[in-house]
Amino acid sequence: MFRLEPRASAPLLWQVATPVLAVIATMITGGLLFAALGFDPVASIRTIFWDPLFGPAAGYSRPQLLVKAGPLILIASGLALGFRAGIWNIGAEGQYIIGAICGAAVALAAYPTEAFWIFPAMIVAGAAGGWAWGMIPALLRNWFGASEILVSLMLVYVAQKIAAWMAFGPMKNPEGFNFPGSRNLQQYPSAANPELIANTGLHWGVIAAGIALAATWFLMSRHILGFRIRTAGAAPRAARFAGVRPERLVALCLGLSGALAGLAGLFEVAGPAGQITESFGSGYGFTAIIVAFLGRLHPLGILLAGLLMALTYIGGELAQMMLNLPASTVQVFQGMLLFFLLGFDLLTRYRIRRRS
Amino acid sequence: MTDIFRAEGLGKTYPGVRANDDISLSVGAGEIHALLGENGAGKSTLVKMIYGLVRPDEGHMQLSGQPHAPHDPRAARASGVAMVFQHFSLFDALTVAENIALGMENPPPRAELSRRIAELSQSYGLPLNPARRVVTLSAGERQRVEILRCLLQNPRLLIMDEPTSVLTPQEAEILFATLRQLAEAGTAILYISHKLEEIRTHCDRATILRHGKVVGTVDPRAHSARELAAMMVGAEMKLVDRSGRSPGEVVLDVRALSTHAAHEGVALKNIALTLRKGEILGIGGVAGNGQDELLAALSGEIASAPGTVTLSGADLSTLGPDPRRAAGLLSAPEDRLGHAAVPQFSLTENTLLTAGGRQDIVKGGLVDNTAARRFAEAVIKAFDVRTPGPGTAAGALSGGNLQKFVIGREVLGNPRVLVVNQPTWGVDAGAAASIRQALLDLAAKGAGVIVISQDLDELLELSDRFCALNNGRLSDPRPTEGLTLDEIGLMLGGAHGMEVGHVPA
Repeated sequence: MFRLEPRASAPLLWQVATPVLAVIATMITGGLLFAALGFDPVASIRTIFWDPLFGPAAGYSRPQLLVKAGPLILIASGLALGFRAGIWNIGAEGQYIIGAICGAAVALAAYPTEAFWIFPAMIVAGAAGGWAWGMIPALLRNWFGASEILVSLMLVYVAQKIAAWMAFGPMKNPEGFNFPGSRNLQQYPSAANPELIANTGLHWGVIAAGIALAATWFLMSRHILGFRIRTAGAAPRAARFAGVRPERLVALCLGLSGALAGLAGLFEVAGPAGQITESFGSGYGFTAIIVAFLGRLHPLGILLAGLLMALTYIGGELAQMMLNLPASTVQVFQGMLLFFLLGFDLLTRYRIRRRS
Repeated sequence: MTDIFRAEGLGKTYPGVRANDDISLSVGAGEIHALLGENGAGKSTLVKMIYGLVRPDEGHMQLSGQPHAPHDPRAARASGVAMVFQHFSLFDALTVAENIALGMENPPPRAELSRRIAELSQSYGLPLNPARRVVTLSAGERQRVEILRCLLQNPRLLIMDEPTSVLTPQEAEILFATLRQLAEAGTAILYISHKLEEIRTHCDRATILRHGKVVGTVDPRAHSARELAAMMVGAEMKLVDRSGRSPGEVVLDVRALSTHAAHEGVALKNIALTLRKGEILGIGGVAGNGQDELLAALSGEIASAPGTVTLSGADLSTLGPDPRRAAGLLSAPEDRLGHAAVPQFSLTENTLLTAGGRQDIVKGGLVDNTAARRFAEAVIKAFDVRTPGPGTAAGALSGGNLQKFVIGREVLGNPRVLVVNQPTWGVDAGAAASIRQALLDLAAKGAGVIVISQDLDELLELSDRFCALNNGRLSDPRPTEGLTLDEIGLMLGGAHGMEVGHVPA
């Protein structure tokens, strides 16, 4: 009936159109799903995609857009580097958690000293923690050929256990009435990552995300290192011929994406989250993978995709409150989005021809 | 002679290109019919239409008197068309029999299949053990697997796409004996090649294509190679000019170079060679005997022990590709797509692969995109690369044009030493001649050139001295002057005789 014909090159139109198509398909399928569950599909979709920005309660939810998009974009811009090179860091969630723990550790060790150096030191510690956690799969791959996909993913669960241990043990707030969880860093001015402009959601993590986007854009489009990263992903032998050392690239990409994920964790623990708890990891590290692909591994795309995914988070919560939609709505939506994106991606690489 | 295959008025237009225009052609039973033409002349499009990969826009085909309009290769195979591609599609990890079974619609039980393979390979003089894993086979043996796969279908029309480009002279002889035997049994053979001499010796008729049209169908034995080439190119072929060179001081000194075998590769064993300024050293041998490894050891992809690779007194042995390029040791690997160039990238981007430093395209880590495009344009102009422009993806170029680009990129880098591996593999006669001339001109300007090739005619034409690479060992060089093909055969490991294609595991 129909057949697929490979395209010589992926047209720009389709590269831009497929993410949009994926979003539309997700909305339609999501609406059908809600209808099957007995909810009004139009109202549900509006609650998720429209109300957070323009609805009656938008004043409360709009700042959340930057709060959620910041870490997603920060992590995704790092992941995109590795993905371009064919190095698959699936464990950003773990690097995010470890970065938060290391950053928080600096703050908790300094408490209650007030000093200007504390927040910068936390930033360094957060980045270093994420970097170190990302270097574990890098070194295991370089030394033993272990799959960085599996190792980085498994390390997420290790990091979650460490977070729980910290919340119940070493980092537990001594004045917290024996509740698990660290001191709240929002109440410690030298360590806090506050909202910089009221009611915008803008905090240092959002600024870091902006810098990361600009820096990765510059790296990928103007710097020889970005060219080498792309070459390594497109043709590993050509990369080697051009002088790329694969081991170095693995260490660079996993380390850098780990550091950015760690930073995202640090800004989160010092700001919106406030403390290390048992369930500190909230899935940003995994969602960022979707953001990276939905954004076509391109900085501008990642910006848009990050905002969109943030919207589904906020809209999902809103839908839970307003319409009593199940809590897993957000995950279903995010999953469908990636699914449709990968599906529609076929259209960028193939054209559909009617078989005569 | 009855026609097995007949095409009338075939035409195919791609966006912007008239690939085939009013092509008419017939291949008779028992005939070996050559299809000649430069890259881009429309040979591939034509055979793809016959094999059901592409549908013609106009015209029609007949096979044994029946209309032939396959909508996919499976239908073409079912009606009796078989094709051996230039690039093999075999799974390294599987055995010969398993590979053949994979390509069949209804494979018989394994034991039965192995028996039939053994039988067929016996009767056609193509020795092949069905139980061997493909990874251990030489290029020639792999081709036999592809041929046997076709023969098992009892084809009426067999299409061979540049089959001898991977074979030694001896292996090619075996192939032609097989083809002749097939033809005598009534099979029609359509034979695509650039090698004019072998077409003149072995083919009954030749149809020559140029710019998508049939120039003529001739008896190749009645024409000289130069006449055939002239018909192909549409102009007189230039003979290469070897003049104006005089070997100078030693520029590259390789001593006791040994490497470990990468998995499935060959280890280099105690390689020694010297190369003078202005000299071309030819290295012959069947692919898979260490050619890729030797190029990698010289380009810097494989590092070696200190003191093994010296360029004008500077020890480069332990350095990577970048510093070696900076020192003036440039190279062009055999595999154009994925090694010497990135298929998805534009030609402009592909200059960055090797020319970033030497052409001042990359300064302080920053890429000067304008300079990259200018250099790409310079290569395109100097080497007559036929492409819409430097923004075209490398993978969209024909093999010959991409090869001209790859060689041109290195030649314009003013190397002190240039190492090329199979510089004209799968390249049409016109492009091959211009690449060879470029290498000679480079040497005339004082660079040392190492040409690694399987094409002995090419090596005899280009090189001042000749040595052979066999199982990772390099023979002592001999002056090319006065060297005969027989002597070269012996240097290539003549003791193996007809089994030259054998690659030790």
